[in-house]
Amino acid sequence: MAETLLELENVVAGYGETHILRNLSLKVVQGERLAIIGRNGVGKTTTLNTVMGLTRQHSGTIRLKGQPIDRLPPHKRSRLGLGLVPQTRDIFPSLTVEENLQAGVRNGASIEEAYDLFPRLKERRRNGGRQLSGGEQQMLAVARTLMGKPDIILLDEPLEGLAPVICERLVAVFQELSRRGHTIVLVEQHTAIALDFAERVIIIEQGGIVFEGAASELKSNKELLDRHVGIAAPHH
Amino acid sequence: MIRISTIDIVRTSLGGTGKLLPVAILITCAFAAFWLFPYDLGFLTQMLIMMVFVVSFDLILGYAGVATLGHAAMYGCGAYAAGLFAIHASPDPLLGLAVGAVIGALIAFFSGLLLMRAHGLSLLMLSIAITMVLQEIASKARDVTGGADGLTGISMTPILGVFEFDFIGKTAFWYAFSVLFIILVVLRVLVASPFGLALRGIKDSPSRMRAIGTPVYWRKVTAYVIGGTIAGIAGALSAQITSLVSVEAFNFALSADVMVMLILGGAGRLYGALIGTLVFMTVRHVAASIDPFNWLFVIGFMLLAVVFFLPDGLISLPRRVAGMIGARK
Repeated sequence: MAETLLELENVVAGYGETHILRNLSLKVVQGERLAIIGRNGVGKTTTLNTVMGLTRQHSGTIRLKGQPIDRLPPHKRSRLGLGLVPQTRDIFPSLTVEENLQAGVRNGASIEEAYDLFPRLKERRRNGGRQLSGGEQQMLAVARTLMGKPDIILLDEPLEGLAPVICERLVAVFQELSRRGHTIVLVEQHTAIALDFAERVIIIEQGGIVFEGAASELKSNKELLDRHVGIAAPHH
Repeated sequence: MIRISTIDIVRTSLGGTGKLLPVAILITCAFAAFWLFPYDLGFLTQMLIMMVFVVSFDLILGYAGVATLGHAAMYGCGAYAAGLFAIHASPDPLLGLAVGAVIGALIAFFSGLLLMRAHGLSLLMLSIAITMVLQEIASKARDVTGGADGLTGISMTPILGVFEFDFIGKTAFWYAFSVLFIILVVLRVLVASPFGLALRGIKDSPSRMRAIGTPVYWRKVTAYVIGGTIAGIAGALSAQITSLVSVEAFNFALSADVMVMLILGGAGRLYGALIGTLVFMTVRHVAASIDPFNWLFVIGFMLLAVVFFLPDGLISLPRRVAGMIGARK
């Protein structure tokens, strides 16, 4: 049995007094590829932001490698091994590509390794963050998160608004990262891609989990997909 | 051999030969000003002191993105500390600078612990409030500070025991320039370091910096303390050179002027702070001598023009002109 890396237990969280997550409990084990899917506004992004400490947690417990992290600020959670690639990418526009990467370097991480994964970034290393295309920004957001040497990579809709060829490239990188032993949690609207990538899937609805199981199981259950996600995942 | 190695280290820290050009221009300008305006050395020295002050604010506003209107707090405390130290302890200028720096740093640290938790309007108001409290303390403590009459009787020994302060102000000019130069070199290295990078990242997106493992609050406090240290040095310089410290050192208008000078020149570029100070003080000097009552109109229009047409400040003018010429071709 693989070690549990991240555990959420009865987490209630939201913005201000509004509760988005309602007693959400889940576990992420070492080395797995977990996809979180669901309709818009059900709490997928809030789940990742709560884990990272960016959203107010009202109650419940979050443990990382067995240690409670509820009261830790985001930068300490990051240093303990959590790495979030946000939906908004949040590239530092006034820094060059290389400076964006340097800003994220922790524990002797190598920028050259990031360039190996994304050769395009090496070509653009002297360009400013605001001069990058959407795809390049997403590559940079992923690469910058890797500079923190995270144990768990939380990907929040990394393929949103990107051309299919860029999506394929990014998914290939995610698979490579998984092969290298990273634990990956993917929040994604492209259900088919998420089911192809992940081993295990969680469907969130109204701030709680309505399905948890193997990706292969969900792929074959079109009725369940249609009910909770809205569209049946097309087969490739 | 040693000489070449030292130059190489500084050159690497400054980011290559191209980045040394502004330093060469700065030294050339200092010599040119010294020879061309021998009767205005007092004014030029004031300008140099103000450049030290504005460049300290650039680290806070231009790099870390922290907008305050209370930077005079550290300047005033540095000035009073250096003045009192010269009167009661030692008239050595360099020791006095160190005292000004330490007091500036302490004030920045303790006020920064509170200020760096605030944002926007609250931050502006709190920074003004702290400066006003300090001004009131300086005003009330007549026995120590001289109150509204100011702190007088400051007399300095020669710098390094060699360079005596002269009536014309030659020593003061080169003293102020040397301090500015050293501070600029230190700041250039600092802003190119991972710490400087973190500050620029914080300015762009504090939440993202937090999420990639940067303790944003403490980075901002550190930047504020470094800026406060340099502001304290600027205040100490002023006290030593003018032999007077007035409660006006805490004046709100001084903090506002510093912000205007920085925005005029261009924030977040270090040299922009120098250009802004040069232009602001020159225009004020000339305009005030022509019309002592309405000179603020000139400054106001100049600021409007820069904000609308050169949002990155006067330092961006050559790049903007080159871009326009390139577009026409």
